[in-house]
Amino acid sequence: MSTLDTVIQLIYLAAAACFVLGLHQMNSPATARNGNRLSAVGMAAAIAGTVVLIASGTYSDVNTSAWIIIAAGLVVGGGLGFYTARTVQMTAMPQLVSIFNAVGGGAAALIAIDDYIRLSGVVGASIPLEVSIPTVLDVIIGSITFTGSVIAAGKLQGLIGGQPIILPGSRILTAALAVVAVVAALFLLVGNVSLPVFGVILLAGLLFGVTMVLPIGGADMPVVISLLNSFTGTAVAMAGFVLSDPVLIIAGALVGASGAILTKLMADAMNRSVLNIMIGGFGTGDAAVGASTGGPGGAVREIGADDAAIQLAYAQHVIIVPGYGLAVAQAQHGVRELAELLEARGVDVKYAIHPVAGRMPGHMNVLLAEANVPYPQLKEMDEINPEFERADVALVVGANDVTNPAARSNTASPIYGMPILDVDKAHSIIVIKRSMRPGYAGIDNELYLNPKTGMLFADAKDGLAQLVAAVKAV
Amino acid sequence: MSPELLSALTIFVLAILVGFEVISKVPATLHTPLMSGANSIHGIVLVGAMVIAVEATDPLSHLLSFVAVAFASMNVVGGYVVTDRMLQMFRKRPTAPPPDAPADGGKG
Repeated sequence: MSTLDTVIQLIYLAAAACFVLGLHQMNSPATARNGNRLSAVGMAAAIAGTVVLIASGTYSDVNTSAWIIIAAGLVVGGGLGFYTARTVQMTAMPQLVSIFNAVGGGAAALIAIDDYIRLSGVVGASIPLEVSIPTVLDVIIGSITFTGSVIAAGKLQGLIGGQPIILPGSRILTAALAVVAVVAALFLLVGNVSLPVFGVILLAGLLFGVTMVLPIGGADMPVVISLLNSFTGTAVAMAGFVLSDPVLIIAGALVGASGAILTKLMADAMNRSVLNIMIGGFGTGDAAVGASTGGPGGAVREIGADDAAIQLAYAQHVIIVPGYGLAVAQAQHGVRELAELLEARGVDVKYAIHPVAGRMPGHMNVLLAEANVPYPQLKEMDEINPEFERADVALVVGANDVTNPAARSNTASPIYGMPILDVDKAHSIIVIKRSMRPGYAGIDNELYLNPKTGMLFADAKDGLAQLVAAVKAV
Repeated sequence: MSPELLSALTIFVLAILVGFEVISKVPATLHTPLMSGANSIHGIVLVGAMVIAVEATDPLSHLLSFVAVAFASMNVVGGYVVTDRMLQMFRKRPTAPPPDAPADGGKG
């Protein structure tokens, strides 16, 4: 190994370390941006190192056309990527990520295709297993990812209906495509060299990607994209085997594995299993979004203390809505501790005190004053209600009926006309509650079904203690 | 099995284990940026795409390698930029909306 080669291989190693550390730092919002930048620095170094390696003639003598191809590809692809990434609306982010995933998988598949064409072009060629296995896997996984991600992006963009599309016999078609790909792959692996059979594998993979993603509902797409992302990682690792390039193997395997874990985490957060999502036919939850004042519809969304803490810690305006449950649980000290922590982070914290919060009028003010909550932060209902629209997070602790939007909108409701706190107007809502049991009025609270609402099921005191610990850890 | 393949396999298996370990308890808020961040990392395929471009000799492989390089560059550049834009939203105390963000930023 020449000195230059050694240096470049060490740069690749450093790049791989940057990927691992960067990915790890993305576990927490505080370090996530740095993590991404660290990973980008590693990537830039690896690419620059490769350019130097090519220029040195390590791979083969470089001719002008190769440089033109590389430069044109970098400018066209990089420019397109940069432009779309800068201009995309934040709401359209998932489909763009899906497109980036598609092209990544496509590039990995193209490497296998190019390699196979070269190898099969030699008359009387035989391809050893250690090349044919990764080549075949690369083209299968890469092609599935390519079309699957394009379909997923199309669904998110609304170009293809978000509803699960289940054509008659589509399951059988999917299974048949899988069988075709496997049989064709085995035919090549036992030692045959055939470009047409390779083409059949490619085609089966491309179609499989389409039939796999079409039946999955739009609401499940982020999980599907994450899974395809993991596939791409694996395809890239296979491309690394094809080209005997360790940095591709490391980065690809890293993404393949971490993507798989992330997919599971995302599915868990939706309370679904990955298998359940992939079998499809569900996940049309898109339709339930937006009906903030409508009748019950959609499911209760559960939120963990970590997620709730992050929402709180990165908010600007937080309104705490303490209620009867807080008084019962003697959690007023916990709520004060949480508020102080948030204020120390620069969050503006106010308390919304409903006239009937607590056990008697004004009870809540007393409880909170006892816990040394600064008085100016306690706001009466009429004073605080206009402020909910500007609040990033409303934290409801042990309050129920006084937050029920039915009192405002539903004439049939027993509490219709009762003055309530306009909690549902906050940008997002976190409710700490022991269970879904109805409140004093014995009626269901529409607020809990609001898509903006996350339920943290816990006793008020425990829930606040969890939040305090989680905010400290943010 | 050649020693080269053996060491490649070793690297592969260890990298998979690192990948499993490196993602631990991630709050749901970060799921999308983390996915996007991992997505940019597999843009490393650009290294491979450039290598096949160098070894290309006929028009077909020139075309294939050009598309591969363009695809991979789009993956790398777009992936990192879009992830950075997402993570920008997690600043501790935003003083004003970022100038390049759409007015209705966030999740609509």
